Amino acid sequence: MTVEDLRERVDGYPTRRINGYRVRAGRPFPYGAHPVPGGITFSVYSDRATSMSLVLFERGAKRPVAELPFPPEFRVGSVYAMTVFGLDVENLEYGFRAEGPFDPAAGDRFDAAKVLSDPYARLVSGRDVWGAEPDWDDVYPYRARIPDDDFDWGDDTPPGIPTEDLVIYETHVRGFTRHPSSGVSAPGTYAGLREKIPYLRRLGVNCVELLPVFEFDELDNPRTDPRTGDRLYNYWGYNTVSFFAPKAGYAATGRFGMQADEFKSLVKELHRAGIEVVLDVVFNHTAEGNEQGPTISFRGLDNATYYMLTPRGEYYNFSGTGNTVNCNHPVVRDFVLSCLRYWVAEYHVDGFRFDLAAILDRAPDGTPLPNPPLLEQLAHDPVLRHTKLIAEAWDAAGLYQVGHFPNYGRWSEWNGKFRDAVRRFVKGDAGLVGELATRMAGSPDLYQGRTSSASVNFVTAHDGFTLNDLVSYNDKHNEANGEGGADGADDNHSWNCGEEGPSADPHVRALRMRQMKNMLLILLTSQGVPMLLAGDEVGRTQLGNNNTYCQDNELSWFDWGLAEGPTANTELLEFTRALIAFRRAHPVLRSAGHPTGSDRVGSGLPDISWHGVRAGAPDWSSHCRVLALMRCGRHAKDGTEPDENVYLAVNAHWEAHDLELPRLPAGEVWHLFADTSQAAAHPLGAEPALEHPGRYHLGPHSAVILVGRSAGPR
Amino acid sequence: MTVKLTSRMEGAACVVALEGEVNSTTSGGLQAQLLPFIGQEGRVLIDLSGVSYISSAGLRTLLIVHRRAQQVRARVTLVGLSEEVRFVMSATGFLDFFEVTDDLDDALERAGG
Repeated sequence: MTVEDLRERVDGYPTRRINGYRVRAGRPFPYGAHPVPGGITFSVYSDRATSMSLVLFERGAKRPVAELPFPPEFRVGSVYAMTVFGLDVENLEYGFRAEGPFDPAAGDRFDAAKVLSDPYARLVSGRDVWGAEPDWDDVYPYRARIPDDDFDWGDDTPPGIPTEDLVIYETHVRGFTRHPSSGVSAPGTYAGLREKIPYLRRLGVNCVELLPVFEFDELDNPRTDPRTGDRLYNYWGYNTVSFFAPKAGYAATGRFGMQADEFKSLVKELHRAGIEVVLDVVFNHTAEGNEQGPTISFRGLDNATYYMLTPRGEYYNFSGTGNTVNCNHPVVRDFVLSCLRYWVAEYHVDGFRFDLAAILDRAPDGTPLPNPPLLEQLAHDPVLRHTKLIAEAWDAAGLYQVGHFPNYGRWSEWNGKFRDAVRRFVKGDAGLVGELATRMAGSPDLYQGRTSSASVNFVTAHDGFTLNDLVSYNDKHNEANGEGGADGADDNHSWNCGEEGPSADPHVRALRMRQMKNMLLILLTSQGVPMLLAGDEVGRTQLGNNNTYCQDNELSWFDWGLAEGPTANTELLEFTRALIAFRRAHPVLRSAGHPTGSDRVGSGLPDISWHGVRAGAPDWSSHCRVLALMRCGRHAKDGTEPDENVYLAVNAHWEAHDLELPRLPAGEVWHLFADTSQAAAHPLGAEPALEHPGRYHLGPHSAVILVGRSAGPR
Repeated sequence: MTVKLTSRMEGAACVVALEGEVNSTTSGGLQAQLLPFIGQEGRVLIDLSGVSYISSAGLRTLLIVHRRAQQVRARVTLVGLSEEVRFVMSATGFLDFFEVTDDLDDALERAGG
């Protein structure tokens, strides 16, 4: 016998019939629905149910074609498992019906009138085409299906880029190519994003972070735009319906149920382009909401297991969305771990960014745990061993853990303090020189004992102003969101440069351009992991809306007219490209260890030195708005890679300053790479030497990058 | 719904024309019918111009046929993909695996050459 003709199995036969279907007892693991010889094994957990049925539908049918009660002897512990033979997988939708007590005070909310979606469903139909009007009376709106899982990956391997070398690009699958200007064959889809990979390569980023792609319902937002009456959506998708299923409405082939293949094809092509994929995942709450929310899956299977409940059986609401997933319950830990392993093993994704991650270290009663078992488990899991783990280290109930999120040497954090310090410094706030210095050095105050990759640095993200709006609006303008402008953050640290909104004034426009460049320059030369918001490189605007979670329109979509053609914002785009290229060419900016201010390699220069208007004399006083620093190239990658010396200076003052430059080793002179008051950066390696070797005139609201190298040609 | 298969020799090439829908109901039988053509002398052209829809299972059947052909160093070319079939194959990455020609005459000419 060869492997090619596998022996028939003795358990490949049914043992009985239920309602006309041939069945036998199934294996409890894995959970969910999986093909086995001759049939499909369905396995579902419920601790408190008194009985369970498998509900079968033909694809799209209003009524079930059959219901198969699990016989008591098909139950192992609290797991119901049954193999059903002779099913047409492609034409099948399945769910469960659980009977049990409805006793909210005791935590039980069973409802046998509902068909429940499988928490482990790997394919879900019901919202197959984005925004398409569904049958609101459907007895089973989010229908579990079984995907083909034999995608041909070829020899795909994850790029395996060290975290500190990443340049992350945060984007939205639909928003990236939905705009009519995108020119792709399937706008707003995984396939559309795949067609834009050449743009990402030219930009120079090596990691895309995708806003949620787990199945959600874009139609679960009841609001309308008060000005136009247009429907508002759940556009961002932070409201998961099904954690193992890729969003069908993001697939051009979703109506054929081929979203899994389409998403895998995207990941495979990104990897081929040397770009990693990080998924924004939302484990803090589910789409079931509070007591008034829909019963989709968890609530009807085992409410008290999956959700944090008060002693009276009400939902804790640490997420601000109605419920809180009970992440440190052993069963739920298993669920989260299985889910993440699945996305890594099956979809080859390279990392995760955890929305409101502070919730993941709360105990079932909501208390923050000093050693949360879920986080420890994720940090040490064999499958996730090389996966990037990034925490949004706060939650909606006041737990703020930036700098002290339980990390086990593995977790990185969105560094909200970097964002605030850069914004405030660049807009001209006083008293921030010291903090900016700390942030640019990788925030060693927050991440002592960890590497600089602990800090994911960003100035803008999906949540808040875009970079263009940060320099164009003093206040948020969220009227279109239908909440009277009350939603969205108020502490934006933004400055409109003299006029609220779009401006024709050339001085205002020039200042805004410089301010955007200043922030990009700081972001891309700071130690830590930079993250860019998609579209900031071309000055994308949301017209002052800083909370576009519900806006599926031009407000949110990437306007490709800003990236190419006669209306392109070429100056900003080329400047951003140059800064990314500079970062990638200079490992001295990407060391894992924090700089110490001492000479650790015998170069004669400290790894980092601080300067002000006078070399070697930084001014930390509260009225100062100038910071300069020098990085010694011999310390690059903690002394393991060759590099040049780099000098950075930022002037947030409204007046120009003549800066005295630090001395270089004999034979080296300073060369100008980029000055944000000039239109373009100089080509890497062909930077001109400064006219005056020891001084640089830095204009108001400007920043500069110099490179120290031998005077002759390189 | 069925899928109908007819075959004919055109010079050194064997043209296998399919008609109907290739889905989970029809793909199993289709695979059994297609595999005998693989490994014969010459080249196999699968003419899909009569196919309105290929499902996930159908695409997998075609890819299995293609993989079998590769194992015996035979060549399979897909011809006459409708716009929709081509779109689905492109979006899901399946198109990358196959040799595809728009026009049967072109394919035959190349097979002859």
